[in-house]
Amino acid sequence: MSKDTDSKIWDQKDVPDFVRPADDMKYILVTDVGSTTTKSRLFSENDEGEWRYLLSGEAPTTVEAPFENVCMGVRNAIREIEDLTGLEILSKEGGIIKPHSGKRGLDFYCTTSSAGGGLQMMVAGVIKTMSAQSANKAALGAGSIVMDVIAVDDGRADYEKINRIRHLRPDMILLAGGTDGGMMTLVMEIAEIIAASDPKARLGADYELPLVYAGNKNIRPAITQLMDDKFELQIVDNLRPVLEMENTDPARIAIHELFMEHVMSHAPGYNELMTWTDLDILPTPAGEGMAMQLIASVEKQNVLGVGLGGATTNIYSIFGGKFVRSVSANLGMSYSICNVMKEATIENIMRWIPFELKTEELVDMLRNKMIRPTTIPHTLESLVVEHAVAREALRLGLQHHKTIATRLKGARRKLRMVGEVMESHLKESYLEMMKINIIAGTGGLLSHAPFRVQSMLALIDAFLPEGVTRIYQDSVFMMPHLGVLSTAFPDIAWNIFDKDCLVRLGTVLSPVGTMNEGEPAIDVSMEMPDGKTLEKEINFYDIIRIPLKEREMARITIQPKQDLDIGEGPGKILETTVKGGVVGVIIDARGRPLTLPEETDERTRTLLRWHTSLDVYPEKFLNQFMS
Amino acid sequence: MDTTENTTKEAHAYTPGLKVKKVIAIRKTRILPILGEILVKEKESVDFETIVAKAAIPGNPKIIKAYQILNLAPENILPFMLKKVGDKVEEDEIIAKYTPFWGLIKKFVKSPTNGVIELISDITGQVIVREPPIQVSINAYIPGTVVDVLPERGVIIESYGALIQCIFGIGGERNGSLSIIAENPDDVLSADKIISEYKDKIIVGGSLVTLDALRKAEKMGIKGIIVGGIRGVDISEFLGYELGVAITGHEEIGLTLVVTEGFGKMAMSSRVFNLLKEFEGYSVAMNGATQIRAGVIRPEVFIPHDKHVEDIGEELVMGMIPGTKVRIIREPYFGKIGTVKSLPVHLQEIYTMSKVRIVEVTIDEKDVIVPRANVEIIEE
Repeated sequence: MSKDTDSKIWDQKDVPDFVRPADDMKYILVTDVGSTTTKSRLFSENDEGEWRYLLSGEAPTTVEAPFENVCMGVRNAIREIEDLTGLEILSKEGGIIKPHSGKRGLDFYCTTSSAGGGLQMMVAGVIKTMSAQSANKAALGAGSIVMDVIAVDDGRADYEKINRIRHLRPDMILLAGGTDGGMMTLVMEIAEIIAASDPKARLGADYELPLVYAGNKNIRPAITQLMDDKFELQIVDNLRPVLEMENTDPARIAIHELFMEHVMSHAPGYNELMTWTDLDILPTPAGEGMAMQLIASVEKQNVLGVGLGGATTNIYSIFGGKFVRSVSANLGMSYSICNVMKEATIENIMRWIPFELKTEELVDMLRNKMIRPTTIPHTLESLVVEHAVAREALRLGLQHHKTIATRLKGARRKLRMVGEVMESHLKESYLEMMKINIIAGTGGLLSHAPFRVQSMLALIDAFLPEGVTRIYQDSVFMMPHLGVLSTAFPDIAWNIFDKDCLVRLGTVLSPVGTMNEGEPAIDVSMEMPDGKTLEKEINFYDIIRIPLKEREMARITIQPKQDLDIGEGPGKILETTVKGGVVGVIIDARGRPLTLPEETDERTRTLLRWHTSLDVYPEKFLNQFMS
Repeated sequence: MDTTENTTKEAHAYTPGLKVKKVIAIRKTRILPILGEILVKEKESVDFETIVAKAAIPGNPKIIKAYQILNLAPENILPFMLKKVGDKVEEDEIIAKYTPFWGLIKKFVKSPTNGVIELISDITGQVIVREPPIQVSINAYIPGTVVDVLPERGVIIESYGALIQCIFGIGGERNGSLSIIAENPDDVLSADKIISEYKDKIIVGGSLVTLDALRKAEKMGIKGIIVGGIRGVDISEFLGYELGVAITGHEEIGLTLVVTEGFGKMAMSSRVFNLLKEFEGYSVAMNGATQIRAGVIRPEVFIPHDKHVEDIGEELVMGMIPGTKVRIIREPYFGKIGTVKSLPVHLQEIYTMSKVRIVEVTIDEKDVIVPRANVEIIEE
């Protein structure tokens, strides 16, 4: 039995009394204080009594020098909304005017934040793939970036672990290990290493570093004796009380509380910001995760979500009801863009660019983006380059996610020797792309893509969905906003989510298997909403787009050739109903796995053919590279 | 709701500009990594290298699996310890002894280092010896006056001079005499221009420093290079590894490099170049430390001087208005300087067909549309 404890929506404090009931409210403002940009979103109730998104304001985040006060960035982002609406929101004293009356004020304000690096944690456990893995999941589930996972069997000698811990400056530590009443010695060994390393907190030497202990309950007194005078120690229930159970909720809740009490209150300006908000400030990924869970629970489908940010790539999966989140801390589209280059390699980025570009020019372009992270592409060439990097960031992010979305290790058979269990653990993730029904994306690059087909193709190329998969994306980046709002007003949040946030891009049909390029691969018959039937034969390595509007549906019959499987088995016919979207239905007969030509000219021609077929970029732009 | 207004009087969403100031009062907070001792007093004058504070960082812990060496169960080691927590020990000193069978078998645990016994655990059977503290000190970095002492933590030093904030750098704090090598901001700083007379100096190139020049300068003992641009691939070659994120300043390299414009061949802005020329021969402080995220830490060059001190004063620029001088920081107008003409409120389509908030900028008497995100304010 594996207990699914992470699918619960975050606990929020009660909505305070002074907030009006939802029926009497007119304006809600939600901000996200991001690593580079603070984004404000204004929601209002229209004349029909329906809550909708109204407009946005954005400004650079001001967490660090010379400003060192997040409230300045929040005020600037709100001023943009004031400019656009004429609504007076900011009070002269510096806070927010509440409640709304006439042309002044709001009724509700809340925010998420990942500024200054968000919540950065170090986690430790005994066995890398067991207690340390569960601790890692708990920390990630709480919205943190995990800087390192320390374990007895992590391959590092004690002195290396100590060196590493001494150099890390986390916001918090989570320590786990041992089942209740089980192993004690190894847990204490790790605890002693941490205590001896005497790690310091990132936000200054003036406060005690919070440490959450969620391990074997029998050694709590020894842990207290060792740690209490060195750390802000909080002891919670064991996150692996028995091998067969993972109980991450108590640790996750403790992390959230310590984050608010100790970390946020030390970040520049947050004490003031906390007095403005009507709800606890949530880490941005926690808000994003809630939005992804909202999709899964309303649609009752398996969802793979992604938040492609400037500094990190967060991947969320809700698969068979189990929610898992991963953060690839240094894979992002601005601040971390060169780390994508470093990890993915320049060749892998180059393979998605359909025109000639020298390596050194590409490196300079990416490095210039890194040092000026808030700039946006102003030429189509640089837009294509950023889309190429995005594919690699997403691909690596999913690769990382699959190492976390794994079955519970150690639970399959009785422990005889630690080493034996380690050898026998299942390597593979339980995620099966064929069973992912929905892929949803958010983040600046996806939301700001000039044509929606650009973000849809980037998600397809990076995640390589199999079978029938619907693709959604955030309209103007407001998933974290709606995630935090859903903790107080779920109905309002869902209505806005459904009507204004969630852009249904369409459905992609992707058979698994390979054939020779140009061979007939699938026959498609589609009964369109106008009553006509569309018949298509698609060759292998082609990708086509069939228009089918958002909220329209079509009955489709797909007959793959013997070597291909669309979900029913090799060569077997699939009859289903597909939903449309702003892009429509994409039939991706390029095969799985997808292999790109190695020879540059051939690859360029292939990419141009695909981009032209789907209208990814303006025809005139693509034509100049056709010769 | 009124959303019909066409332009804003002031835009608050903009990229903070890099400071290029001929005269500015700056304050540097010099903080110890942990609490320690302050060595200077308020109002005291300090020079670049004056040590202002020192501290002792706890030494490294050494973990000894004593139970394994003694061949005992972890919970049984206490009676065999010869030292207790807090005792000083020397390297190779015997700290635990187990001699079963009337002394026929002798097992000893020796301290791997000089230090103090910090922990003897009867749960894990481990002993931890803490090495002696590591002494660290911090210097003033800039010459000036101590204006505030933060007890046990550090000091604040005030100084006057010219400040040039750069866009990217590697290497830490250094000081030296300023030599201008480039004749104009377009010049390339190649290896043949690096000669022995620049040893211990901070040199100024033009639009690009080549990899060979960088290597030769390091070998020759040049303390720092200020240049417009550098190839991204050359930085990786020089460092021997790929920089993933822009957090720099701790590289173990023999010089400090600061880049004023960006990556690639980029002419140094004439303002910066002329300012540096004006102070040729002066002693300057520079720091390559860069951290780009939200508010950022930018690399800098500081030239202490006493010219025009009456002009000092700094205000935090908060907005962009028509008439504000800006620099474009992305293609296709990268590096161009212009003046804000208007700040339309509503989103407009640009070349990529994205709809974004834009600023209308006049460059060389021609008006162009640029995303607001792609300009930075020039702080003069």
